[in-house]
Amino acid sequence: MKYNLVIIVCCFISTLYSQNCKSTFFGEVKDFHDGTPIVGAAVFFENLNKYTTTDINGKFTIVNICDGNLIMSISHLACDTKRLEVTVNGNTYREIYMEHHIEELHEVKIDGHTTFTTAKSSQESILKTNALERFSAYSLGDALKQISGVSSISTGNTIVKPVINGLHSSRIIVMTNGVRLQDQEWGVEHAPNIDLNTAGSINVIKGANALAYGGDAIGGVIVMKPLNMSFKDSLYGKTITSGQTNGRGYSFTSSLTKTWQEGWYVGTQASVKRFGDFEAANYSLTNTGMNSRGFSVNTGFKTFEKGFNLYYSFLNNEIAILRAAHIGNISDLVNSINSLKPLVIRDFSYNIDAPRQDVTHQIIKADFYKRFKKFGRLEIQYDFQNNQRFEYDIRVGADRDKPAIDLTLKTHTLRTNLKIDAISNAIYEFGFNAGYQNNFANPDTGVRRLIPDYNKYDFGVFAISNYKLSDKTQLDLGVRYDFTRLDAKKFYITSRWNNLGYNIDFADIVIDDLGTQLLTNPVFNYHNISASAGISYQINDDNSLIFNYGLSKRAPNPSELFSDGLHHSAARIELGDLRIKQETSNRIAASYQFKNNPFNLNLEGFVNHISDYIFIKPSGTEQTIRGAFPVWDYTQTNALLLGLDVTVRYAMNDNWFLSNKTAFIKGRDLTQKQALIDIPSFKTVNILGYSNKKWKSFNAELQSELVLRQNDFTNFNFETFIPTSQETVLVDVSSPPPTYHLLHFQSDITLKLSTKTNLNIGFNITNIFNTSYREYLNRLRYFADDLGRNFMLQLKINY
Amino acid sequence: MKTFKKASILLLLAITFTLTSCENDDPIAVNEEEVITTITATLVPVGGGNTITLQSRDLDGDGPNAPVITVSGPFSVNKTYNGSLVLLNETESPAENINEEIEEEDDEHQFFFQLSNNIATVTYADADGNGNPVGLKFNLTTSTTLGSSNLTITLRHEPNKLAAGVSSGSITNAGGETDIQVVFPISVQ
Repeated sequence: MKYNLVIIVCCFISTLYSQNCKSTFFGEVKDFHDGTPIVGAAVFFENLNKYTTTDINGKFTIVNICDGNLIMSISHLACDTKRLEVTVNGNTYREIYMEHHIEELHEVKIDGHTTFTTAKSSQESILKTNALERFSAYSLGDALKQISGVSSISTGNTIVKPVINGLHSSRIIVMTNGVRLQDQEWGVEHAPNIDLNTAGSINVIKGANALAYGGDAIGGVIVMKPLNMSFKDSLYGKTITSGQTNGRGYSFTSSLTKTWQEGWYVGTQASVKRFGDFEAANYSLTNTGMNSRGFSVNTGFKTFEKGFNLYYSFLNNEIAILRAAHIGNISDLVNSINSLKPLVIRDFSYNIDAPRQDVTHQIIKADFYKRFKKFGRLEIQYDFQNNQRFEYDIRVGADRDKPAIDLTLKTHTLRTNLKIDAISNAIYEFGFNAGYQNNFANPDTGVRRLIPDYNKYDFGVFAISNYKLSDKTQLDLGVRYDFTRLDAKKFYITSRWNNLGYNIDFADIVIDDLGTQLLTNPVFNYHNISASAGISYQINDDNSLIFNYGLSKRAPNPSELFSDGLHHSAARIELGDLRIKQETSNRIAASYQFKNNPFNLNLEGFVNHISDYIFIKPSGTEQTIRGAFPVWDYTQTNALLLGLDVTVRYAMNDNWFLSNKTAFIKGRDLTQKQALIDIPSFKTVNILGYSNKKWKSFNAELQSELVLRQNDFTNFNFETFIPTSQETVLVDVSSPPPTYHLLHFQSDITLKLSTKTNLNIGFNITNIFNTSYREYLNRLRYFADDLGRNFMLQLKINY
Repeated sequence: MKTFKKASILLLLAITFTLTSCENDDPIAVNEEEVITTITATLVPVGGGNTITLQSRDLDGDGPNAPVITVSGPFSVNKTYNGSLVLLNETESPAENINEEIEEEDDEHQFFFQLSNNIATVTYADADGNGNPVGLKFNLTTSTTLGSSNLTITLRHEPNKLAAGVSSGSITNAGGETDIQVVFPISVQ
């Protein structure tokens, strides 16, 4: 029957064209990347209903066909099926290129808009969408704590910064949708301005192994990637909403994406969060609420060969800072430390009063890429970021509503990346980036600038290669050079200038003398070389090993160089140092992974030697009309950090599992032979989990979080005379808070609403026993306890 | 090839952006508006005698130089002095009088006067809108004993004026945050 049909169709065609039906069509099917022949591809001639396959040389032939249009579809195991139309006119030859690297194709889809593949021999952890969605109401820093070796340093409970293996702030790069986040990330009280809900997945790379992103990430790189997109005509989205008792707040996020089969897509996402005053176990934390609004739009065109992406994101965070943390002088600090509860406790309120921050971050990005046959992939990207930071202090009189800090940080970045993957068993990547950044500190604040006006110019080039030495061994090598020029205009009080000895060392940078103040023009150039080398070896199906080495240099940030003056909420005078030079990190790491159901183990160890490590520490006191203040100086030392991160999971049966995440880290100041300040203490998290697909995909987990007291610290305590009580007292700024243990519970079920829609309901309790505790790396630990019990209900609809 | 045209346009745009956004103007100097550099207590004896002036002056504000403290002379025995305070910001020219701000927000401010022994006592001579003391005006009464003492003057912002003892001058339960804290070595002769 079929054959009859074919004959009829053939006759029809031949009569239609009434042409020569003795033509031969020769085809050659090749790999798009390196031009190698594709063997055994199935070739189907749709309008002839004939099949053939390619031979060992990737060739195929079909004889005795009529001239005219031939519709072919070519399929191969590891390729996307290709459909094409050719015109046959006499004997015809045609080369056909197939996108053979399906793995890579997949990777491109996931990566969205970055060409960079992270080094495979680095210590890398991934948080997938499901894990992130649970933290929809929280911050990036909170979510990342799920990864062993990642902790957080915070100012209260809404300003949370990730700490990777003991390092934070300028030592960590945050990438969002291919853009290196440029906000005022120095200092503990500046959280990354990022909406966690814009990410589909987050990779955390420990150590400076991702040279494509930058050479100065001594701590690591956090790569936030957008959600994977499917290429068919489709419209989908999700909405997550949650409400919680602590802070009496809610969080809402929704996204919608439309995709077309040809490769076009457009997506949008918006989030809103609002919280009032949070509560510790025994009292309200007055003025700790937050209000956050953000949205992003993403559009473009994407195929295997070429594509482009346009992206815009907006995020505004209004964050209240604990009222009791705003203090006047050292005796207020002593009172706060000695008092067991905050000195200001008021009734619950949604108000966000001073002290508070109001930060708006905007990103505009445009990128495009093209793949070249038998060569590789080229990408060019431009992005612009605008960061507007207002900080409101408690002020009096006419200045009451004026910000004390008003900084605008504008950053332009241009970068290109070329990935050559035509050679089998090796991938080469080259790239360069150039950037210009301008910081403007508005003088209308009536407060001397914390961070001066500056222009910063960056230029970087890198080369990375990945070699597949054998099926089991992979080698990664990379080298990068960065140039940074910082050109600042800063005012110094003359007495400070002289006191620091700058009148001798830096006399030539003074450009104006205003009597009590000097205008100076410090210009610094930094040349940084960074490199990484890593090898991964799969011993057998169960065991694998990774070794890597990373060299990186980081130029000091503006706060380390220029800080100068009183920091109110810390009641301390902070001083940068113009003499500070780059810090250099040499990090050696090794990982061992064992994967065999039901037991999984991942051990990651590292040793990080940092010469000229920059840190801030107490150095004495200074007398002002407000009383005495401790002085904290930025200084440099040689430091050694070493640590071990453990992740274990044991599935007892199909339903029950146990898991453990433990992080242990030591930090030594090698020059002073003492402990480093602000190193996370030992932490271990044990989880007992249960899941059952039959009960509406029910999952439940009981988590035990044990954080030991940091016993390895240096005593920077000092004594001071308090005139009001006529006593000399100890100012205990060093003693870490005691060990604490918290218990958390989380559970969720998934209901199928229709074939395409499901509803996930989550119920979580954090700090079940309402334990009062203080965390060593929370800067407000002098003033108040950390968060008490919280019940949270989360609804998630996928459609 | 079309993509490359687009790319070059983008590149050009980026470069223009970069070039046009360079700013070379010098920044404007900021004179700290809220800093208090100088506190002067003028004590005029009731019924005649030498006016005593106590001053703490810190011209570099939060700079490294400590405040300079001057006391014009000793107090007389068994005498009442009418005291008044003047707060100045001398980093600005002309100097800004901070008293005005305190008077405007007098319910949020209170001075405290403490002596290290009992050669004198201090009482408030002014009040805010709620009838609670402020301390810009006060009376100092010396006792009959001779000797020296430290007089500590403290200005608290947002104190709890209703807490026990606060309205009679005890700082213990006042709370709030310290705006000024100066210690004058005084003597009674």
